[in-house]
Amino acid sequence: MVYFILKRLLQSVFVMLAVALLAFSLFRFVGDPVSQMTGVETSVEDRERLREELGLNDPFIAQFARFTGDMLQGDFGFSYRTRQPVAEMIADRIPATLELGTVALIISLIVGIPAGVYTALRPRGFITQTILMTTLVGVSIPTFVIGIMLIFLFGVQLGWLPTFGRGGTVEIGGWTSSLFTIDGWRALILPALTLGVYQLTLTMRLVRAEMMEVLRSDYIRFATARGIPYRRLHFRHALANTMIPVITIIGLQFGGVIAFSIVTESVFQWPGMGLLFLESIRFVDIPVMGVYLVVIAFFFVLVNLLVDMLYIAIDPRLRVKEAA
Amino acid sequence: MLDVQGLTVKFPSRHGDFTAIEDVSIRVAPGEIHGLVGESGAGKSTIGAAIIGLLQPPGYVAAGTMTLGDTDLRKLTPDQAHEMRGDRISMIFQDPQTSLNPLMTIEDQLIETIQAHFDVSTSKARKRAVDLLEEIGIKDAASRIGAYPHQFSGGMRQRVVIALALCTDPELIIADEPTTALDVAVQSQVLDLIRRLADTRGIGFILITHDIGVIAQITDNVTVLRGGRVMETGPTAQVLGAPDHPYTRALMAAVPRLDRKLDRFLVPADDAPVVPDARGVDAEAWLLDGVQEGGLGLQVRDLTVRFAGTRTSLFRKPEPYVALDDVSLHVRPGSVMGLVGESGSGKSTLAKAISGLISPASGTMQLGDTDLPYGKARGRAHPSRRLIQMVFQDPYSSLNARHRIGDILAEPLALYGLETDKARRRALAIGMLELVEMDPGVIDRYPHQFSGGQRQRIAVARALLARPRFLICDEPTSALDVSIQAQVLNLLKDLQAKFNLTILFISHNLAVVRQMADDVAVLQSGRLVETKTSEPFFQAPDAEYSQTLLSLTPAMPY
Repeated sequence: MVYFILKRLLQSVFVMLAVALLAFSLFRFVGDPVSQMTGVETSVEDRERLREELGLNDPFIAQFARFTGDMLQGDFGFSYRTRQPVAEMIADRIPATLELGTVALIISLIVGIPAGVYTALRPRGFITQTILMTTLVGVSIPTFVIGIMLIFLFGVQLGWLPTFGRGGTVEIGGWTSSLFTIDGWRALILPALTLGVYQLTLTMRLVRAEMMEVLRSDYIRFATARGIPYRRLHFRHALANTMIPVITIIGLQFGGVIAFSIVTESVFQWPGMGLLFLESIRFVDIPVMGVYLVVIAFFFVLVNLLVDMLYIAIDPRLRVKEAA
Repeated sequence: MLDVQGLTVKFPSRHGDFTAIEDVSIRVAPGEIHGLVGESGAGKSTIGAAIIGLLQPPGYVAAGTMTLGDTDLRKLTPDQAHEMRGDRISMIFQDPQTSLNPLMTIEDQLIETIQAHFDVSTSKARKRAVDLLEEIGIKDAASRIGAYPHQFSGGMRQRVVIALALCTDPELIIADEPTTALDVAVQSQVLDLIRRLADTRGIGFILITHDIGVIAQITDNVTVLRGGRVMETGPTAQVLGAPDHPYTRALMAAVPRLDRKLDRFLVPADDAPVVPDARGVDAEAWLLDGVQEGGLGLQVRDLTVRFAGTRTSLFRKPEPYVALDDVSLHVRPGSVMGLVGESGSGKSTLAKAISGLISPASGTMQLGDTDLPYGKARGRAHPSRRLIQMVFQDPYSSLNARHRIGDILAEPLALYGLETDKARRRALAIGMLELVEMDPGVIDRYPHQFSGGQRQRIAVARALLARPRFLICDEPTSALDVSIQAQVLNLLKDLQAKFNLTILFISHNLAVVRQMADDVAVLQSGRLVETKTSEPFFQAPDAEYSQTLLSLTPAMPY
């Protein structure tokens, strides 16, 4: 098992190196960094001097090594646009995105898993058909339309909830959280719902499909033939086996939620990383874009690693084989 | 005890109700083992499911009565029926690999089942579970009980399954093909266990199987089914010894005998062979044309195959798993060599090494006078790629589902450059279908439109169209019903004689091997324990292991 985790860690390092290379080439080859930084009136000599100072004339490998080394030490460079350190800018924005993503994921799990189980247990019921139809609509409508519709209904027509920003936030050890005030929750609920709806339908359909598959398996038939109470049969035997493949997808989804919160953040003017990324694109702020790429990749790798370890915890077959 | 009268089960479909079971009556007394035998589609499992109340929807019981003791099983509410399952009727399934929940320990599954039916404390339930496992022959049960299903071997797992079915003291156990997935040695132990439980505990068993050998070995009474109807029923000795019904007689004739060799199996007359017309004769001539030289023998010397083992430590290299250990084998030109052994003995590994699908660690292989290079070192164009052909066990996965039969059959002709003309290839494919006794009109169909037996014929036809000299048949009939098996074996014998083929016939079924083989080789855990001419082998095998294998195979006393 130690071997397994070490192997995964090693793979993660390689993935991160590949992403760093990608971010670096973005940095280095998309446009000329020097002309990004300087104005039209800068002389050719000054530009050349700057190029030499910044080490842009060094060989590619040396530059990449320096780039990676700086990153590992937490030095992510400076933004072209605001002249602030990128690390600070990202660190400011991470809490907003993480909270949004986590709440969205929790909404999708709390609703999606029970709905999936219900629709699997009563595949032909009226409620099941209704749920399936509604979620089909949910998948088909683009995220921003759902967001705008929610804003229109709850923000404008009913006036219950704010339509932009994070509301009241509390600062806890450098982490700006909106989870500790009513106001913050009121601001969070609409964007989280918007972001979570798609994940919710996906989770539900996946749980449903897997559960129906498991319910047809031999061990469920055997347990039924032994008269195990249905409650236990469904929630202990079937659900646990259903969750094994579902966890992988949920893990990947969480990475996706973080990465693709861009649209939702922009609709709700949510001050997270996605919004920062959009602003950076508008101003061709390449250092921020590069670091954003690396940070998102890091989340993906981290979540996948956690999922792998969760597998071992759930499935005894993956643990060290004892002599049978 | 159990009394089923006039049971009829129907499955509603768009084209009206499909009657799966019609007017079936069965009585099972306490301590009786009642066999249900028949080929696939006979409705054996449906009867079991109807009795325990677990018919796959939308199937339903349309008529008949089912009573267990004083209880009318058809009058139970769904809740009462579920209460009764496990408590009074239990079930054992075919595959012990899949019938246990992989995420729960044996202990949890046993205790849960006991507590579902008895109001006992967890520690009492555990004690009962341990006692039961001991009784059923699991040593050191007190410590093994905490293990997960994957930590047990197949035979042990089937014992655990039996313990689970037994832990609530049911009156009746329905065993659906309980030994089909097991090796002969384990099969005979499990059958002994079932017999013992019937005798000592007075449990009634319904034993569902397609294997007449199993029926003959342990059942008291037997019901022969076909197409959902009872053909014949009565005491086992009477039904199998002096069958009344023509179907039972045909079935018995199709069963390969362990005790003597038949030249051909008798197959029911309604499957009269297709007489080949001009196209078939043409294909035959074409094949004979390619095989005018005599048969090719195979000489294997000191063959060793190793696989990478599972890594147990970070710093140590994993121990390799030795799949074949120093195996030497000679298959005489034009003969059939039967290769037998239990699962995991290396039979299929040997086949793969010969056909160049895997690389051995050492040893030599010679086809005729030509050396066979190892695995990938044997180029795609190496002549042996054509001369050696394989027929696989599972006819459902060995044919490409997206190709038409005509294309599947014509492929070797194009691949090996035997025929360049497309029309000629098609004509040969049609002729070949006739040679394997199939209607040439089916040439444009897809594999899923055929039954298992027909697919296996197609697989044989495809292999032959490469003009092979050496055929490897890896369990070619073990997925087939006995009557279909008899037909396919007859076909293989005919073709072997006609084209003077050399065949390596792999099977775990000794009775089938006796019918087919000229010589027999026995493998045990990767080692060759015996090679002998077939008839002397079956009369008196030399190696102790061969004797055990032979004695454990259910014999047909009738």
